[in-house]
Amino acid sequence: MNARTTRVLQCSAVLVAAGLVLTACGSSGGSSSSGQSKSPSFTGRGPITYAAAKDSSGVVQKVIDSWNTQHPKEKVTFVQLPADVNQQRQQMIQNAETKSDAYTVLSMDVVWTSEFAAHQWIDQLPAARFPLDKMLKPTVETAKYRGNLYAVPAASDGGVLYYRTDLLKKAGISAAPTTWAEMKADCAKVKQLPEAKGMSCYAGQFEKYEGLTVNFAEAVNSAGGVITDAGGKPDVDTPAAKKGLDFLVDSFKDGTIPKEAITYQEEEGRQAFQSGKLIFLRNWPYVYSLAQKSKVAGKFAVAPLPGLTGPGSSSLGGHNVALSSFAKNKATALDFMKFFTSETSASTFLKDASLAPPYESLYDDAALVKQYPYLPVLKKSILGAVPRPRVVQYGDASSAVQQEAYAALTGDKSSAQALKDLQSDLQKSAAQ
Amino acid sequence: MVDTKTPPDATADGPTGPAGSRAGKASASRKGSNRAWATAASGRTAGLLVSPTLLVLTVVVLYPTIMAFRESLYGVKGLDPKTGFISDTEPYVGLKNYADIFGDAGDRFWNAFWNTTFFTVTTVALETLIGVAMALIMHKAFKGRALIRAGILIPWAVPTAISGLLWRWIFNSDGIANALIGHQVLWTTEGFHAKAAVIIAEVWKTSPFIGLLVLAGLQVIPKEVYEAARLDGAGPLAQFWRITLPLVKPALLVAVLFRCLDALRMFDLPYILIGAQKNSVETLSMLAQNEASNVRFGPAAAYAVLLFFYVFLIALGFVRLLGADVVGDTGGPRTPQRTRRLRRTVANRAEVPA
Repeated sequence: MNARTTRVLQCSAVLVAAGLVLTACGSSGGSSSSGQSKSPSFTGRGPITYAAAKDSSGVVQKVIDSWNTQHPKEKVTFVQLPADVNQQRQQMIQNAETKSDAYTVLSMDVVWTSEFAAHQWIDQLPAARFPLDKMLKPTVETAKYRGNLYAVPAASDGGVLYYRTDLLKKAGISAAPTTWAEMKADCAKVKQLPEAKGMSCYAGQFEKYEGLTVNFAEAVNSAGGVITDAGGKPDVDTPAAKKGLDFLVDSFKDGTIPKEAITYQEEEGRQAFQSGKLIFLRNWPYVYSLAQKSKVAGKFAVAPLPGLTGPGSSSLGGHNVALSSFAKNKATALDFMKFFTSETSASTFLKDASLAPPYESLYDDAALVKQYPYLPVLKKSILGAVPRPRVVQYGDASSAVQQEAYAALTGDKSSAQALKDLQSDLQKSAAQ
Repeated sequence: MVDTKTPPDATADGPTGPAGSRAGKASASRKGSNRAWATAASGRTAGLLVSPTLLVLTVVVLYPTIMAFRESLYGVKGLDPKTGFISDTEPYVGLKNYADIFGDAGDRFWNAFWNTTFFTVTTVALETLIGVAMALIMHKAFKGRALIRAGILIPWAVPTAISGLLWRWIFNSDGIANALIGHQVLWTTEGFHAKAAVIIAEVWKTSPFIGLLVLAGLQVIPKEVYEAARLDGAGPLAQFWRITLPLVKPALLVAVLFRCLDALRMFDLPYILIGAQKNSVETLSMLAQNEASNVRFGPAAAYAVLLFFYVFLIALGFVRLLGADVVGDTGGPRTPQRTRRLRRTVANRAEVPA
């Protein structure tokens, strides 16, 4: 090759390599994490950090400030992570892989516990130090790995059914449906009304993302099936699970769920409900206050999710706090976690940012119920909720669910075939 | 600048012949003035002067590349079923991560590979056509030219992530795209329409890039060439095919090369516009990112390395093409002066997009 070509080649090689650096930077520095103590000792006092998603309501800083005034020598700094959940996880993993002590207390999505615990990125916690018996049991379950406590519930969340009370009333229906069949029957009645022209019956979150995992899990659990059994083993290729998936597949086929709902995340569904396109919507409690400001204000209410033969089961959302294995001042951290997850803090989070508390008693507080009329329904939803699969490779399990459920919903696969493939995918990922 | 790029057919053809040789003569007078410059001593000085650059390149390019390659030889950390903990070290698996793409797990890789290739071929082809058209418009002198130039360049100035979000709204189920075609297409669902959505958004965004580089190429074509052609009776079409295109070819090739390299590592647009883990639009970069985010750094690094070689091969192919077509005198003796001249040309071009 002649000289000028070589030079151009070098030029482009550099460019290419620079491109590679971008792709590769996530992969270098991977093999680390060597010997660390299996039994954590919570010693050391001093300043610590709290790493969590950017908080637009300001309530997190408020709670931290009140801790800081009480403990001037053990101040907590709020490290704000990106709003995107995957990026939060990414940053926490990077922090753990480099064994950095930058993050002390981590705010973790409920589905991360197993993965973080198995990698020993977070410490096992002494259960006796926290008032777990006052908390809703399903939320505490999300904080455990193999029976041991690795995190403490800070906020919970459950799916609820939003429905148009005005339309149901006009159609002569007095109560919200508790089964899928009732819901479809109610829709048939409502659709006879002239004002329900062009409306669709039901929607949830069916875009190919974590929300589909949630909605699939809810359908399967509400029909009496499971994705993973009590021991964490995949057991999704069952008749009960098929009934759950068939509800979604058939609803798409017969138009109960509108065709475009396959592109819906939480926000698209909320907008469709608020603009009067939907009679029923499965969504999280955050929708309540927003919908109160829309044109369906006063025309809707919430109910527990319907199921196959009775009320259905929600998936659990929410956040737990955990203690990074590589942090310093763990004695302070433990105290702060206790403070942060206390009933007082939980009630502040509820009042200021409408975060569902893990404490049972707050759901029955008359003043709070007045502020958030959906609380009793949410309590029922959380009490009957089933955590999403608690597996170490949660990311893989969730993608497998999304892949197969999506194929079934779009008609690429029969529901039986999708469940069969899902079962084998989950087994493969568990065997890794 | 023009001298080194005069294509052989330009000298052979009637209308462009005089122009080509005239430009050639102009450069010949400058040639050789610097010949004595390249002595051994100055070579050492030159080496010393570029050494900081080389050092930086070693740290930011060579080292990560080698680390990525090393990482690709390691497997996934295993789970100890008794304790429930993931082992501390990654097992050394040799080339298994590479061999795996020919096994069952390879389906996803090959899907991503073909998606990447498909996107590169289609988007770059469309961008080239549209970009050249844009450049020709921007090059014309007419009223409001500055406005048109700025307007054409806006898409290129919008960050890809933002344009991904913009197009997501356009391709929404109730979006303007569906309103315009009067038929509901769920663009962001799996299927060919998802690919089409990515291609449309990508072409919209990056055609101005090619337009810009080609415009730079157009501006260095001397007016006399066209005058001569007109005197010889060449129409607009003949002028375009015989003068504009051959003379703008070097700039165009560099632009296309850059676009190819860029398109091969496409990540943000499909990720934001259509979504992660959608088989129809998953590219190699997305696959590598997905593996890395699931804490499988070995396979992720292997995919990244494969992408690197793929991009490298394409770049190499282009450089061969550049060497053969642009210079067009592979048989003749080469002078260092001319080589440097081309380097400078390429370097100048390279600065434009930055």
